[in-house]
Amino acid sequence: MALDEIKIGGLGASRRRVEDNRFIRGKGNYIDDIALPGMLHMEILRSPLAHARIRSIDVSAAWAIPGVRMVLTGDMLAARNLAWMPTLSYDTQAVLATDKVRFQGQEVACVVADDPYIAKDGCEAIVVDYEPLPPIVNPIQATAPGAPLIRDDKTGQDSNVVFDWEVGDREGTDRAFAEADVVSTIEMHYPRSHPSPIEACGSIADFNRATSKLTVYMTTQAPHIIRAAVALVAELPEHMIRIVSPDLGGGFGNKVPVYPGYVVSILASILLECPVKWIEDKSGNLISTGFGRDIYLKGEMALRNDGRILGVRMHTDSDHGAFFSDAQPSKFKIGLMHSAFSCYDIGAAYLTAQGVYTNKAPGGVAYRCSFRVTEAMFFQERMVQAAATDLGMDQAEFRRVNLVRDDDFPHRTPWGLLTDSGQYGKCLDLGLEAIGYEDFLRQKEEARQRGRLLGIGISTMTEPLGAGNSREYDILGIKMFDSAELKVHMTGKALLRTGAKTQGQGHETTWAQIVAHELGIPAEDVLVEEGDTDTAPFGMGTYASRSTPVAGAAVSMVSRKIRAKARKIAAYLLEVSEEDIDWELGRFSVRGAPDRGVTIQECAIAAYSNMPDGMEPGLENNAYYDPPNLTWPFACYIATVEVDPETGVWDVLRVVAVDDCGVRINPMIVEGQIMGGLTEAYAMANMQFITFDEDGNCIGSNYMDYLLPTAWETPGFELHEVVTPCPHHPIGAKGIGECATVGGPAAFVNAVIDAIGDTGVRNIDMPLLPDRVYEALTGGHDVSGAPPVTTE
Amino acid sequence: MSTLYEEVRPSGGADDTVPVRRVELTVNGERRAADVEPRLLLAHLLRNGFRLTGTHTGCDTTNCGACTVLYDGVPVKSCTMFAVQADGHEVLTVEGMATASELHPIQEGFKDEHGLQCGFCTPGMMLAAKALLDENPNPSEDEIRWALSGNLCRCTGYQNIVKAVMWAAEKLGANAESDGADDAGDDSSADGAAANAGGEG
Repeated sequence: MALDEIKIGGLGASRRRVEDNRFIRGKGNYIDDIALPGMLHMEILRSPLAHARIRSIDVSAAWAIPGVRMVLTGDMLAARNLAWMPTLSYDTQAVLATDKVRFQGQEVACVVADDPYIAKDGCEAIVVDYEPLPPIVNPIQATAPGAPLIRDDKTGQDSNVVFDWEVGDREGTDRAFAEADVVSTIEMHYPRSHPSPIEACGSIADFNRATSKLTVYMTTQAPHIIRAAVALVAELPEHMIRIVSPDLGGGFGNKVPVYPGYVVSILASILLECPVKWIEDKSGNLISTGFGRDIYLKGEMALRNDGRILGVRMHTDSDHGAFFSDAQPSKFKIGLMHSAFSCYDIGAAYLTAQGVYTNKAPGGVAYRCSFRVTEAMFFQERMVQAAATDLGMDQAEFRRVNLVRDDDFPHRTPWGLLTDSGQYGKCLDLGLEAIGYEDFLRQKEEARQRGRLLGIGISTMTEPLGAGNSREYDILGIKMFDSAELKVHMTGKALLRTGAKTQGQGHETTWAQIVAHELGIPAEDVLVEEGDTDTAPFGMGTYASRSTPVAGAAVSMVSRKIRAKARKIAAYLLEVSEEDIDWELGRFSVRGAPDRGVTIQECAIAAYSNMPDGMEPGLENNAYYDPPNLTWPFACYIATVEVDPETGVWDVLRVVAVDDCGVRINPMIVEGQIMGGLTEAYAMANMQFITFDEDGNCIGSNYMDYLLPTAWETPGFELHEVVTPCPHHPIGAKGIGECATVGGPAAFVNAVIDAIGDTGVRNIDMPLLPDRVYEALTGGHDVSGAPPVTTE
Repeated sequence: MSTLYEEVRPSGGADDTVPVRRVELTVNGERRAADVEPRLLLAHLLRNGFRLTGTHTGCDTTNCGACTVLYDGVPVKSCTMFAVQADGHEVLTVEGMATASELHPIQEGFKDEHGLQCGFCTPGMMLAAKALLDENPNPSEDEIRWALSGNLCRCTGYQNIVKAVMWAAEKLGANAESDGADDAGDDSSADGAAANAGGEG
C-alpha cells in the first residue's frame, strides 16, 4: 500500500508552515534579537548633502561623551586600506567617505558605544565641514557637457557614464522598421523604488582574537557570497569567517549587497575585540541601501496592419547612483532587460542601454525581480498597449496574434534567450473569461455614456527565473549554481541544508516537501536549516526567484542520490539483485513479490548498522545543481479600474491573476507569493516611489513620505492557475516569487490609460498619483514623472 | 596592530550623571520594574530590558506598527512611547498571547490561513487584530482592513491576514458559544458568532 503523498506533506500539499510556530509566538530570531555578552553598539553618521567635498571632520566632542568607545572615520579606514570596497558589479564603493560625499545619506563616520542611544549621541556630536558641490540627480544632467565629475576617485573615468551596452540585431531590426506599416513609439520612466523590507539591515560582528575566528550575524540573502567578499575585503582567511544569516524580516533584493555598516562593524569588532552590533534605522535603510528601477525608456515597435510585431527597438537610460553596485549577472550590464518580448513571436529586436552615475544612493538591486526583468516586462506591456491602440486593435486580440504558440517551443527569443514551455493562449483566455472581458467592455461603454470612466488593463509575460546556467550567469566570476546537503539519520529522520536563504518564502516547509516527494520520508521528519556558512553547503543565496529553480532542484537531486544508495541497501536486505527492486513512495519491494519490502526508514537504520560488505556506512550526501536553462513561468494579470474624472483618483474594481509556474510544491505558499507580489505591483502603480529634489535631497526617506499600501487600500485578488511543467527541472517547478511584481504594474497602468483613452493620452508615469491622472485627463497630454531637469 | 589601541577607549566609561527613573508596570500579567533613562522608548525597555524580543521595531516613525503592543488594552506603537509613560500601566506583548498549553485563536488563524511570511510584522499585526476582536467580535472585511491599516506588511498582500482574523473571530465566537451554553451566558454574542460562522461557511 503506497503512502498518500499529500498526507505525508509531499508535493502538492498545502502544508502549514513550520517556521510559523516560532513567528506567531514572537520567538523568531531576527538580527536585533541577538545579544552577545559584552556587545557594543554602532551607529552611522550620514551625509546631509548629496555632493560635497569634505574639508574636515572633528570627532573630539563625540569622544568626550561617556560611554563612547570608538569613533571611526574614512581616514582611519584608509590607513588600513579599507576606505573603499568592491561592489557586485566590478566597481568600488566608499565604506566611509574620505574625499567627497557623493549622495545624501552616504556613510561618513561611525561611533561605537556602550548602548545605541549613546552611539547616536556620539554621531550628533561629530562636526563635519563640507564644501558643497553641484549635485546631479538624473541622466540628462549626468551626461550634459561640462557636468561635474562624480567619480573623480577613479583613474580613467572622465565622464559620468558607467557603461554603454547593446544587444540584438541592429541591421535586422532596421529592416523590420523599413517594412513596417505602422511604427508605434512611447517614452516613459520607471521611477526609483525601494524594496523596503520592514526590517532594515544590521550585523553583529564578533571577532575572537584567541581563535582568530570572525563570526558575523548579518541580514543577508546570500551568506556565502558575503563570506567570500569579507575574505577579499578584510583580507581574512575564508575558513576563519563564519557568516550567519538569522531570520530575515523580508529581503526583496535589499539584503543582497555588501553595505558599509557591515564592513565597519567587522573592523570595529577586530579593533575592540568584542562583539559590535549595528542596527540600521529606517531612514538609513531608505536613503542609502539598494534601490530598484530608476530607468528611462525610448521604445519603438514596427507593426504590420494585421497586428503582427515585426521588430522592437529599445533604448534605456539608467540611473545607478554614485557607485555601480547593481547585483546582477556580470556579463549583462542592464540585467535581463533583453528578456523583454520573450513571450511574443517577433522578428527582430535591438536594445541599447546607457548607465550613468548620479548623486543618489547606489543600488539597482533586483527588487523582487530577476535583474531588471520588472522594468523589461513593464516596458514591454506598456509598449504593447500603445501598439494595439495605434493599430486600432483590441488589446487582448493584439496579444493573442503575437503570443508564442504552444507548439513553437523551444523558442529562441530575438535577443537570444531560450524559452522552453508554456500555454500562453490558454492563460490569456482563462484570464479574459474570469474577468468577463466582453461584459466589461459593454459596461465600460455604458458607463462612458453616463460620464463614468472604467478601464481594463492586461499584462501577459513570461520571465526568466532561476539563474544560472553557469555558462552565462555568474556574479564576480562565481557561477550561479546552488546546493543541498541531506543527512538521513539512523531512525529515518533527516536534516536538510541548502545554499539558499529563506526570508519569508517558507523554505523550512517546502524543501521538506520535496524530500517527502522523493523519498517518502514525511515532511515533518525533515528539519531544514539555511544561512550558516559553517554548516550549509556553498550556494549563491536567495533572490531573483532562484530558490526553487536551483536550490529546490538540488534538494531533489540529493534526495535521489540518497534513494539510489538506499536501493542498494534494500537489495541487500531483501537478498535480491538491485535490478529486481521496485520503488514506490517510501518503500522498496521485490519485483513480482510486492509483499516483500523494506521502507526507506528500514534502509536508513541498515545504513548505520547492517550495510552490505564493502559499502561506505551512512546515508548522507550532497548535490550541486547547475540548471540547464532558466525557468520560464507565464502570467496573465488583468485589472479593472474606475477613474474619478473630478479628482483623478482611481479605484481598483477587480484583479484577476492567472499564473503558470509549473508544478506547485505548496499551493498555499505559491498563492501567498502571488498575492504579495500583486500588492507590490499595485503599490508601484499607485503610490510607492522615491524621488529627489534638485539639490539631491531624498524625498521618501521615511514611511511618512515613502508610501506603502496598507490593508485598507490594497485590493482583493482572484487567483487562477495553469500548470505547464518545466521540462528540465527535476520536479517540473518554475520560479514564482516575483512574477506578480514583475507583470502586475502594467496591468494597473494599462487599465487607467484605457479608462481615459478618449483623451488621447498614451502615458502617465508611475506612480499614477491623482494629480498626474487629473493633469492628463484635463490637459489631454502625457504626464512625465521624471525628476526635474536643470543642466546649467 | 598595537598602535590601533590608542583609538579605543578602555571600558568602564559609564556616566553616573545621567538621570534614571524607576518604572513599575505589568507586562503580560507579571509585575516588572526597571530603572530607565527618561528618553528610553517603551519598545526598547521591552526588547532589551525585559528581553521580550517579539516586539519588533521597524520604522521609528509610528507608521509600520511592527512594535504594536496593547497598553491597557489599547493598541499603541511602543517605538514612539517612552518607557516612563508606561509606569503603573498594563502592557501585553505577543509573548503574552498564548497560554502555556494553547495558542490564542488569532495565532492559530495566522498560521492556518498563511497570514504571515517573513513574520516580522506578525506580532504587531496580531495584537492590532486582538484589540479589534476584543471590541468587535464579528467584524466585516472592511472593519478588519481599517483596524489593521496602521500595520504594514510587505509580504502577504493582506488578503490572508484578513482571512486569519476572520478565522480567529469564528473560533472565538464558537468558544464563547460553548462557554455560553455551559453557563447560560450572553445570548446575543452567541447568536452573532453563529451568524458569522454561517456566513463563513
